[in-house]
Amino acid sequence: MKPLPVTVIGGYLGAGKTSLVNHLLRNADGLRLAVLVNEFGALPIDEDLIVAQDDDIISIAGGCVCCSYGSDMAAALSDLRKLDPAPDHVVLEASGVALPGAIAGSVGLMQGYSMDGVVIVADAETLQANANHKYMGDTVTRQLADADIVVLNKVDLVNDKTRAESEAFARSYAKNAQLLMAEHGALPPEVLLQSFVERNRDSGTGHDTSVFDSVSLSLDSPCDPAALGQLLASEELDLVRAKGFVRDADGAIHAVQSVSRRWSSEAAPEDSPIGLVCIGLKPAFDGDAVARKIAELTG
Amino acid sequence: MSQTTIYSARKIITMNPNQPEVSHVAVREGRVLGAGSLEELAVWGDYTLDARFADKVLMPGFVEGHAHTMEGTMWRNVYCGFFDRMDPNGKVWAGVKSIEAMLERLKEAEAKLDDPDAPLPGWQLDPIYMDNALVSRADLDRVSSTRAIGVLHASGHIMNVNTKGLELAGLMKTGINHPGIPLGPDGYPTGELRGPDAYMPVGEHVGFDRDVLGCDAEGLRDFGKLCVRTGTTTITDLAARLGDEAVEMMLEVTSEADFPSRIVPLRHFMGLTPEELIAHAKELKDKSTDQLRLGMIKVVADGSIQGFSARLRWPGYHNGADNGLWYITPDHLSQILNLALENDLHIHTHTNGDQATELVLETMEEALRNHPTPDHRYTLQHCQLADAAQFRKMKQLGMCVNLFANHHFYWGDEHYTLTVGPERALRMNACRTALETGVPMAIHSDAPVTPLGPLFTAWCAVNRLTASGRVQGEGEKISVADALYAITIGAAYTLKLDGEVGSIEVGKKADFAVLEDDPTAVDPSDLKDVKVWGTVQGGRVFAAADL
Repeated sequence: MKPLPVTVIGGYLGAGKTSLVNHLLRNADGLRLAVLVNEFGALPIDEDLIVAQDDDIISIAGGCVCCSYGSDMAAALSDLRKLDPAPDHVVLEASGVALPGAIAGSVGLMQGYSMDGVVIVADAETLQANANHKYMGDTVTRQLADADIVVLNKVDLVNDKTRAESEAFARSYAKNAQLLMAEHGALPPEVLLQSFVERNRDSGTGHDTSVFDSVSLSLDSPCDPAALGQLLASEELDLVRAKGFVRDADGAIHAVQSVSRRWSSEAAPEDSPIGLVCIGLKPAFDGDAVARKIAELTG
Repeated sequence: MSQTTIYSARKIITMNPNQPEVSHVAVREGRVLGAGSLEELAVWGDYTLDARFADKVLMPGFVEGHAHTMEGTMWRNVYCGFFDRMDPNGKVWAGVKSIEAMLERLKEAEAKLDDPDAPLPGWQLDPIYMDNALVSRADLDRVSSTRAIGVLHASGHIMNVNTKGLELAGLMKTGINHPGIPLGPDGYPTGELRGPDAYMPVGEHVGFDRDVLGCDAEGLRDFGKLCVRTGTTTITDLAARLGDEAVEMMLEVTSEADFPSRIVPLRHFMGLTPEELIAHAKELKDKSTDQLRLGMIKVVADGSIQGFSARLRWPGYHNGADNGLWYITPDHLSQILNLALENDLHIHTHTNGDQATELVLETMEEALRNHPTPDHRYTLQHCQLADAAQFRKMKQLGMCVNLFANHHFYWGDEHYTLTVGPERALRMNACRTALETGVPMAIHSDAPVTPLGPLFTAWCAVNRLTASGRVQGEGEKISVADALYAITIGAAYTLKLDGEVGSIEVGKKADFAVLEDDPTAVDPSDLKDVKVWGTVQGGRVFAAADL
C-alpha cells in the first residue's frame, strides 16, 4: 500500500491553525483529507462544512473527515487506515504546546506513513509577545525551529513595521523554512500539502498563482535521485515544494520530493509518470533558472 | 445486633494523639467501634475476643496517594530490575546486577514460552547501576532471534529491543534519522530506543500494551495482593481515562468479597475539553462506592526530571539539556482549575520541575481569587524541585503536596551528578520544609515506577539515602513519627478521606496494617525491613501468606 502522507500543522494557541485547516478543507477540491486534532476543544471545523458528526468522527463535505487523537496519536493514525474510502492525506493539527518536530519524528517511524512536512502557523501580531511569555516562550521558538514552512498569519491586522519585525523574528528561528504571509489562514493548498502538487500535476489543473509560481520539467535523462533531492532542497533553488518521478542510471524509478530544506526519495512503481514540478514563491521565483540548474545536474 | 470482634495486639499505634497506643481494637460492621483497653471496649456489649494478632503490631492501614494499578499488570513481564522486588504472589525476584544476568533471566523466561511467535517483554532495567552499560540488539538476539524482545528501563524513557522487534516494526533498515534512535557502524539501529516517541512504534510488537496506563481485572486483583503484602488498604490509581468499560470492571472487581483495597482512581485530563472533563468527573463521582472512590481529576503539567522533560526554572538542566516539555497550556490549566473549583471537584496536578510547580501555583492563585474555596485540598504531585518560597505559597493557597520520597533513593545520585546538580539535588522532595511550612504532606512510590511499599517510602524520607549510600539533603530528613503520619493520615488528607481512614479510632474504617515489628521501636535505618503480616480492610482479615 502507498504510504499515507502526513503534514503536521503546529503553532501556539490563537495563531490560526484551525482557520488554516478549514481553508484547506474548503479548497480540498476532491482530495480526501483526514484532519486529526489533538482534542476537540471549541469545534475545530466550520459548521457549514460538517455533514455528520458522532463521538469519534466528523464527516465533512467532499469526503473529508476530522477525528481527535487524545493521548495516542499512533492509534488514531492506524484507525485512519481503516477508513473506507481511504484518505489521500493526513493533516495533523498539533496541540499548542506540542513540539511538531517530535511528532514528525514519530510519524516518520510508523509503517505505512510518510512525513510530508511541518507547517508552523504564527500570529503576526502576537508572535513576539508569545515568544517572551514567561512559561511558553521557548516552546514558541522551538516550534518555529521545527518548521519546514512558517505561515505568518493575520498580517492584515498589523502595520508594516510589526509585520516586518515579526517576519524577521520568525526567520531568525525558522532557519530551514520558507515563510509565507497569510490572512485568515488562506493559502493555496499546493503550497501546504504535497498531495495537491501531485494531483494537480496529474490532472493538469492549477490554482491561485498570486502567491507562487511553478515550473514543470520532463526529466528525460536519468539522474541520481539523492543528488536531485539535495538540489531541490538547497538554498540555491529556494523552492517551497517539489515533487516528481525520476529514472536513475540503472533505469529504476524513484519518487523525489522536497519541502523547503527537507527532501526524501523512495522507490516508485514502474508506471509512475516521469517528470517534476517545482513550486517557488513570487516574486523571487525564476522558473527558467530553476530548470537550467536542474538540467545541469541531469545533464 | 451486629457482631463485635475485639482484636488484641502486642501494640496498636492509632495515630490518634489522644491515645497514641492501645492494646485492643473493637470492630463492628467493618468499622472501628472503639480502640482502647479490653475493659474500655467491653462496655459496647457482647464480643468475640480474637487473639490472632496478640504478637503483632497494628497500625492504621497505609494510604498510598500516588500509584498506578498497572503495577498489577507489569508483573506479566520479565523482571529485569537491579534491586530485589516482590511480585504479587510474594516471590522476591533477585535484582539483576549485570547485562549478562539480565540475558540469563530472559533466557529462562524464553524457555518457558510455548508459542514461538509470542513476544518477550522485560521491565525495570536500569543500566545506571551497571556503569551505564549499553544493551545492543545483538545482546538480546542471543536470547532469541526469532521472537521479538523488548526491555523497558526503570525510568520509563528507554527501551532496548532485539533485531526481530525492529523488523516487526519496520525499523530494521538504514537511513533512519531520528534523535532517539542511535545507529551502529553498519547504519542500522543499535536496538536502543530513547524516548516514548522512539519506542512506541516497537512497543506493541515486543509485548507492551498500547494503553500503558490500562489495567485489566486480573491485573487489578494482583494489585490488590501487593497492597496486602505492603500493608496498604487505600490506594490511588493516578490516573486513567476511566472509560465505561474500565469503570465497570473496576466496580466489579473492587466489590468482590475478597478484594482487599479501596481504590481511588483519578480521571486523566487529556483528550477532553475542560467542560467535558468536568462533566465526566461528576458522572464518575456519582458512581462511587465504598471500595471505589471516583470523581477526582489529575492534570499533568510537565514530564520527568530524569527524562529531561520536566520544566525547570533558570538555570535549567545541569548538563545543559534543553528545557523540558509542557503537557498543558496556561489557558487550559486555568480553565480546568476554575471550572473544577466552581463544581466542587478535587484536582491533583503532576509537576516535577520547579517551573511547572510555579505555573500551577500562579494559576491556582488566580483561580482561587475567582472562586474562593475553603478546604479545596488541591494537591501538587511529585513537586520534586519546589523551593522554600514555593512551599510558603502552597501553604497560603491551601494546597497539599505529595512528595516522591522513593525517587530520591533510586535517582538521587543521577540528579546530583547529571540532571540538576548538587545544590538543587539536596532540596529535592523537601519533606522537612513542607512540614515546617505547614503544608499538608504525603509521600509516595509512584508504583510501578518504584516499588509499592509505604514503609520503604517512609524509610526513604527518614534516611534520605541514595542508591550509592550517600545521605543527600540531611536538612530535609524527617522523623519516623512524621513519616508514619505521612503514609497514613497525611496521605488520607490529600484525598479528603482523613475522616474515614488513616487512624484507628471510633467510627473509622477497620483498616489496619498488621506488622511483625514495631516501626517506632526499630532503628530508623531498619524501617524498610519491618515485616508485613497482612492487612485488615473493612473489617476483613487478609494474611499475605494465604493469598
